[in-house]
Formats: sequence, C-alpha cells, structure tokens
Amino acid sequence: MAIEKKKAASASASTLANDDLGEDTRLALFRSQTEIRQVEQKAYDLFLQNLIKGTSHLALGHEAVAAGFGVAMRSDDYSFCTYRGHHHTLARGASMTGVLGELMGRDCGLLRGKGGSMHLTSAEHGVMGSYAIIGAHLPIAAGAAWSAQYRGTEQVSVCFFGDGTTNIGAFHEALNMAAVWKLPVVFVCENNLYMEYTPIKDVTAVENPAGDRAGSYGLEKIVIDGNDADEVYRTAQVALTKARAGDGPSLIECLTYRHSGHSRADPGAYRPEGELEEWLKRDPVPTYRVRLLEFGVAEDALAAIEAETKDAVEAAVKTAVASPPPGEELLYADVWADGGASWRN
Amino acid sequence: MAELTYRDAVAAGIAQEMRRDDRVVFLGEDVAAAGGVFKATVGLLDEFGPVRVRDTPISEQAILGAAMGAAMTGLRPIAEIMFSDFLAVCWDLVANEIAKSRYMTNGQLECPLVIRTANGGGSRFGAQHSQSVENWAMAVPGIKVVAPSTAADVKGLLAAAVRDPDPVLFFEHKSLYATKGEVPDDDHVDELGKAKVLRRGDDVTIVALAAMVPRSVAAAEILASEHGISATVIDVRSLVPLDTRTILTEVVKTGRLVTVEENPRLCGWGAEIASIVADECFYDLDGPVVRITTPHIPLPSADHLEDLAMPSVTRIVETVRTRMD
Repeated sequence: MAIEKKKAASASASTLANDDLGEDTRLALFRSQTEIRQVEQKAYDLFLQNLIKGTSHLALGHEAVAAGFGVAMRSDDYSFCTYRGHHHTLARGASMTGVLGELMGRDCGLLRGKGGSMHLTSAEHGVMGSYAIIGAHLPIAAGAAWSAQYRGTEQVSVCFFGDGTTNIGAFHEALNMAAVWKLPVVFVCENNLYMEYTPIKDVTAVENPAGDRAGSYGLEKIVIDGNDADEVYRTAQVALTKARAGDGPSLIECLTYRHSGHSRADPGAYRPEGELEEWLKRDPVPTYRVRLLEFGVAEDALAAIEAETKDAVEAAVKTAVASPPPGEELLYADVWADGGASWRN
Repeated sequence: MAELTYRDAVAAGIAQEMRRDDRVVFLGEDVAAAGGVFKATVGLLDEFGPVRVRDTPISEQAILGAAMGAAMTGLRPIAEIMFSDFLAVCWDLVANEIAKSRYMTNGQLECPLVIRTANGGGSRFGAQHSQSVENWAMAVPGIKVVAPSTAADVKGLLAAAVRDPDPVLFFEHKSLYATKGEVPDDDHVDELGKAKVLRRGDDVTIVALAAMVPRSVAAAEILASEHGISATVIDVRSLVPLDTRTILTEVVKTGRLVTVEENPRLCGWGAEIASIVADECFYDLDGPVVRITTPHIPLPSADHLEDLAMPSVTRIVETVRTRMD
C-alpha cells in the first residue's frame, strides 16, 4: 500500500543528516502546526459548550500540509481552501480571534459572521476564500493564477482540496486548463482516505486519487507524506518555484488522516478498529516535536512556543466570547459593490 | 452613428472596452480564432491577441471559474457561455460562487465580471439550445441580469456591464443577432437598471424583454391601426436591477399591464412585475394583469411547433384585444 511506502520514505526524510531547512524554518513549521492544533482543539471544546453552532470540519491531523505550504508561500501568493479550511487560513497568518470569532458567529469574526466555518477568507493574507461546494474552487484558483500570469506578478495560486474532490468534473476541467495555459497554480490534495464517510478507495478507479490522475494532464505524479511538514515544505518549494518560473502547474497528493470525523455530526464510526490509533502514532505535531529535539532544538524553545500559543488561543476565545453578535445592518450589506442589497428602484 | 447588426454590436462593445482598459480579457469556447459560433466576436483576436482573447476547452466550469478567479484578483473578464442552456453545466459557479462571494466574505472579495450568453428560441434548435433562462438568474441574489433587444443596447449595456463592479449575466438573444440598428460610434455606455419606454399609449402597458420587444412593438402597431387600442411598450432591458419606477409610472397611466415573456410560465420575470404592480398600484388598475408566456413546456424543434409555443405578434394582439373587452 502507498501509505506503508510513504511511512518508510518519511522515516528517511527525517534523519538528522537531512538538515537543509535550518532552525528558523523548522521553528516556523512547528509554530504553525502548534497553532492549528490548539485552535482546532479549542474549536472542538467550544462546540461542546454550544458556543460554536452549525457545522464545522476540523483539520486535526492535517496540520503539516497547511504549515508546510504556509511557511513556503510568499505573502502575496493566493490560497484557496475548502470547507475544511481553518488550518489553511491560520497558516497564512489570519488571526485566531478572527477565525474563532467567525466560527462563533461574532462581530469580531473574519467575515463578521456572514460566512461561518466553511467560508473563512482573509484577503489581506491572500486567503481568497473557503469554498463549500466540492471542486468549485479549483477553476477559481486557476483563474487567480491566470490573472497573476497576465499581470506578470509571479504570484502563485495554491488550491487545497480533499481526496473526494478528485472525482468531480471541476477537478478535471481545472487541471486540464491549468496545464494547457501553463498557469502558476499548485493543486494540493489532502488524501485522508475518506471522501466523507466512504473510503476513497471504494469509489475511485485508481490507487492514488490525485497522483494517478496527474499523467492525464501531462503532470508528474507526486505523492508525499502529508504528515511530515518538512517533506510538504520541500515539495511546496519546488512546486512554487516551478510555477513562478512560468513552468506551469503541479498536482501534489499529500497522504494524511483526519483524527476526527468528517464534520461535527460524524463520530467516524465507519473507520476500522485500530486505524486511528495507527495514524496517531504518526501524528504530525508530536512527531515533528520529537524531530526538532533530535536536531538539538532546546526543549525550552518548543515549550515556549506551546505556551505562547496556549495564551494566544485563550486570549482569542476571551475576545470572541466578549464580542457582540453581528449588527442587523449587516443583513442587507454587501450584496452589491455599492454596499447594499437593492434590486429595484 | 453606424448601422450595425446586433451580432456586430457585441464585438464592437467588447472591443471598445478592451481598448479602454487592459484589465479586460475575454475567454470562451471558439470565441477567438473562430470568432464565435454566432460570429459575434469576429476580429477581437486579431486586434487584441491571444493573451487577451482566449479559446478555452469545452469546460464551462473552468471558464467561469477562471473568470471569477481573475475578477477577484484585479482583472475585468468577459466570459462567454455559448448557449444559455449550458449555464446549467456551470450553475454552481454562477449561483453559489460568483453571486455570493462578496456577501459571504463581508465585502472582502469582489467579482466584477460579465458572462455573455446566447439565449432564447426561434432557431429550431430544440429544447437544449433554445431556452430563455433569464428567470433562473433573476432568482439568485447577487448577480445582475441584462437582456438587450437592439444593437445599440447591446453595445451600450455591454460596456456598462464591463464597467460595473458587480457580476452581470448578459443575455444576447440568438434570434436577434441578424437584426440591424443605429449604434453610436464613440465611447457608448448605457446604464444598467433602466427600462426604456418605446412608445406611449393610453389603454394598456405592454412590458417585454429581448426578442419579445420587437414583437410587442409590432403588436402595438396592429392594435392601434386595426383595433383602436393604444398601447405603451416598455423594453425592460435589465431584470436586476429592475426599473420598477418606469414600469409603475406607465402602468398607472394606462391602468392595464400585459407582460410578454419568452420564458416558460412558472416563475417568469413577469410574475414578479405582476406582483409588484398588484401590490403597489392595485387601485390604479382597470383590469387584471395578463401574462403572455411560452407555455410550461420544453421547446420543441419543429418550426411550426416552436412558433406555436413562443409568444407571437398574433398571440399578443389577440390576447390584448380579448382581455381589453
């Protein structure tokens, strides 16, 4: 199985000899993963307290993908996310208060409560939306890449999506057009083995839902360990450099696993016994912590990042809880560019 | 002024905007080298080159996605969906993405783009290439809906749509492409959301859109010359925003309203106007509001059946005449 092969690959990638990234980058990757982990755990607690309503799709277990790309991307690059997009939004620098406030439907939310968990956006950080219709954002990400190509800015558009997306038409339309137009876009599939509740292998004609489709669009098959932030970071750098150089798109399949169910409503009961436990042994966040200690990073430095993050999350929750609900004037705001909602005179 | 076909006015409008603003780009299936299947975009590739005028694969989701992504990052794209029926293939992009992004993101993202598409029947193309789907678009908050009936309006409203900061669905009527009219040469920009009163009468106000406009005007002339009925005819031109002020003003003067809609009966735009009129000037009415529409059926292909289905000049005359009694 690909997963087993990738496990072996990741072990070799994490040997001490492979220390090209440097401590600053590694600490940035650790900090990003830690922040995502703690915010998502807090989001889960807030659900249980009924402070977060509606639905939400946690990214616990997916931290390394978001961190690897977030650290590798230029600040003016574009991110396009799915409804499981808290981690990608945080990884580009959006505030915890903005994210948690949005989940809680508060005025301090990134979208002042008008988007919710599935539509996190922070244009000032290049997060150009989170899209809740499977596949929709792949063509949109290609469009942003087209715009960057046209304007000559060397920006890259990075589009994150799940394994389930590889079976919808928009995936194939976007891949083809991006390849034909040599667009500076990186398509990143987080293959967490389940489309929603159904195993992706049960509904897909190939073993690697993204990787095995790459050849159809003249692209290299790239399947990596999505639980290894270093490997994600290196792969991201190669793809981003290629895109910036005008050499076209990449499609990267990151093998990972979500620790919770598909959404708030899903306990994940369909997973075979022991599977979660096996993946938890490869949990990206503690695994990365061990690696940094092996590299000689001081325990105190890591503990300080964890403590700072904890304080920041607590402060964000406090601010969000104190934030009022969005004002009624927002109901009719911003349907149109004039700020209003009028459809007649 | 020059006499142009409705078809040539499309290219004239796009070219005018591309000359003015290099952020304007144009993409679609067969639009560049072939000049469009309706030959409405001939010459644009030659003038503006393949970077700004792009042929796409048959991938409607990719076309609209590309337009949306480009619009939210600084360009002003014009995307062609060859037949409006094909909007069903990429309706997610229209209804869920383009129309909602500004609102959902509290104004962080914008989508200044134009989707041009060939709408409507009369070409014997059958049920999947003949529909009038403007009422689909009208039902979605966040997208403007425009449908010109003349060559001058094609150029002027298309320019207005390109300059508009909101997404616009621009319905060209395929049976009007060969019609001709005077079109201003210079920078010609009209205004979205303004209906046009084409003739004024005393007895009834006929409100029409796109290909139903010339039929309503022809019907009004027959009603006047043969039946002594004097009709006002309004070209709605824009469904969103809707110029209710002009419509209400004219209906109050005549006391009667007839809508002429090419769309199938249920939830046609005329129903919305009828509702507004009933609500806001009921006591000025001298009789019931009458809607003339295509029946609630898919359009058949055979010419005599298609002609029976769509509102004709004869049906407009007969309906108005009998309902005036």
